[in-house]
Amino acid sequence: MTIADQVTGLPIAGTADAKSLDAKSSDAKSSDAKPVEAKALEAKPRAAAPAITLPVIGERELRLDLFRGLALWLIFIDHLPPNLLTWFTIRNYGFSDATEIFIFISGYTAAFVYGRAMLDSGVVIATARILRRVWQIYVAHVFLFTIFLAEISYVATSFENPLYTEEMGIMDFLKQPDVTIVQALLLRFRPVNMDVLPLYIVLMLALPLILWLMKWKPDLTLGLSVALYAVTWQFDLYFSAYPNGFWAFNPLAWQLLFVFGAWCALGGARRMSRILASPVTMWISIAYLAAAFYVTLTWYVPQLSHFMPKRIEQWMYPIDKTDLDVLRFTHFLALAALTVRFLPRDWPGLKSPLLRPLILCGQHSLEIFCLGVFLAFAGHFILAEVSGGPGMHALISLCGILIMWAMAWVISWYKQVADKSGSKTKNAVGNADLAGGG
Amino acid sequence: MKAKVLLSLVLLCSAFAAPSARAEDNAAPQAPTGPAACEVPSYLLATESQLHKVADTIKDAKPLEILVIGSRSTTIPSSEDSSYPARLQAILKEKLPSEPVHVSVELQSKKTAEEAAAGFVKLMEAKRPTLVIWQTGTVDAIRSIDPDEFRGAVTDGVTALQNAGADVILMNLQYSPRTETMISVPPYLDNMRVVAQEHEIPLFDRFAIMRQWNDQGQFDLFNPSRGPELAKQVHDCLGRALAQFVVDAAHLGPAQQQN
Repeated sequence: MTIADQVTGLPIAGTADAKSLDAKSSDAKSSDAKPVEAKALEAKPRAAAPAITLPVIGERELRLDLFRGLALWLIFIDHLPPNLLTWFTIRNYGFSDATEIFIFISGYTAAFVYGRAMLDSGVVIATARILRRVWQIYVAHVFLFTIFLAEISYVATSFENPLYTEEMGIMDFLKQPDVTIVQALLLRFRPVNMDVLPLYIVLMLALPLILWLMKWKPDLTLGLSVALYAVTWQFDLYFSAYPNGFWAFNPLAWQLLFVFGAWCALGGARRMSRILASPVTMWISIAYLAAAFYVTLTWYVPQLSHFMPKRIEQWMYPIDKTDLDVLRFTHFLALAALTVRFLPRDWPGLKSPLLRPLILCGQHSLEIFCLGVFLAFAGHFILAEVSGGPGMHALISLCGILIMWAMAWVISWYKQVADKSGSKTKNAVGNADLAGGG
Repeated sequence: MKAKVLLSLVLLCSAFAAPSARAEDNAAPQAPTGPAACEVPSYLLATESQLHKVADTIKDAKPLEILVIGSRSTTIPSSEDSSYPARLQAILKEKLPSEPVHVSVELQSKKTAEEAAAGFVKLMEAKRPTLVIWQTGTVDAIRSIDPDEFRGAVTDGVTALQNAGADVILMNLQYSPRTETMISVPPYLDNMRVVAQEHEIPLFDRFAIMRQWNDQGQFDLFNPSRGPELAKQVHDCLGRALAQFVVDAAHLGPAQQQN
């Protein structure tokens, strides 16, 4: 089986004939989309070759759900204080971490869903739908901020350990709630661990432009994205934050991953299939991952750093997360290349009940992401109030994951029920949870 | 209190029946019985960089003048004698009975690395220490100063201290689990490590050491206690670890320590 079969579906035509069919298909749920596939095929010969190609809506791409679910779990664990489970998160084994996976898959799925909407119903409608999604994410962010405010206010009033008088200076912003809250609404004031949603909001806001360009010239769009990334590094561009500093994830740099995800979704992945399938790529990836692993090891076992040439160290550090360091990006590429190679699209394990929890979480990413951030806050709170040892830490991580799973299950169940009653009125607009991403 | 009620409710809803164990915590700080063990794994105190000037001073049997430049986490409010610089002096005197050791403290409360470094030239002219222990990063992290600017400021500061003829040790932030959700510490730790590497000066990794103590259960750093006991014990252990660190980095063998 070739990689091409794994990463792509069938191309879709963009003609007027196909449009009416596709309009239905985007309204329909995945389960009843199959007949459309055949019709789209019939329409194909008549169509002029479109600049981008989309896989047909058929079976969900479970690998995307799986890895997004995994990323959500890892982000949750990484947001808790370090504990036993932290050792299972990928940031301990290389440069990149769950955020890269998350943003890439979000770009992929967003382009997949809204790219189709743009072909079917035009730029205006697609833009409107994207904006609606942005609004949802924004509301979710503000909700999380409110919870954070409650937590920090509580800590500020209850915590008076003389060891940490200095650290308590962080509470100073509570003295000016007027400014702080407005800045938070403007996305300029972001507490720790609440940086991903604002990044996602900005990226989604840019999505109409990205898709519109991609419809025209996908490769040029990717090229522009790379150029923006380079310019950002060259001239040190950033988004300023309140009260000072800058965004912890610079959207001008991280857009590269998002656009790359979109590019892959709109046919790039298939065109890369030969590169992905080549053993050279595989060995380069393996070698790079091994080297990255060794470097990471030196952070935890300082004795090993004797074997690290000073010059390489000086060139390499610091590995910048804010601006998506090239080392991080390439690390993610290597991981992705190996994953696509060794985990085929139709791997039977994807249907196994063992991976079901992960896939379920990945399918409702915005909800589960927010829940994860909230649970991380709550976990901190419990650790602080009950003063837990390592056992408690691990317990909280596990409980958090179970809650995320349970919530994902409930949402799935609810959507099924709602869809059953809603399908009569045909009011389901697109497949929003597929485009989700939080 | 409203916030507490709210949070508790929310927590209950999310199936974590958060026990109200706090009441007991408030009553009395749980002081461990007996002296706290200050064990630090040796790799946390290992450094390749050396303190040549300290070594020479000891060899020549001159008095050792140490200056700690710090911020509020250098001290314990209303118990100065128990803060880590005071403990450092006491323990170094035990370790080096023949040399006079004096530790002075220069507090730069609420100053970023850049603001603190601005005064270094004057400070060094006034004090002329052999060794400067510069503890910084907390204020920068709280104000989320651009890590690159922070690195630049630390670099400038270290250069100024070195130009004034002193050995330098950098000390990073405290491990503060309670504020972990509010202060993003890693960039500042990383950049201090980078500066230490570039200038080949020892970095006293206070963060990792304190985290080790917390993880091993030697200290419960989550404790919200108001009493100074925990702070005193932690500072005592920090002083001990720091003394050991200085002795090791200056390669003072047992011979010098005993003479």
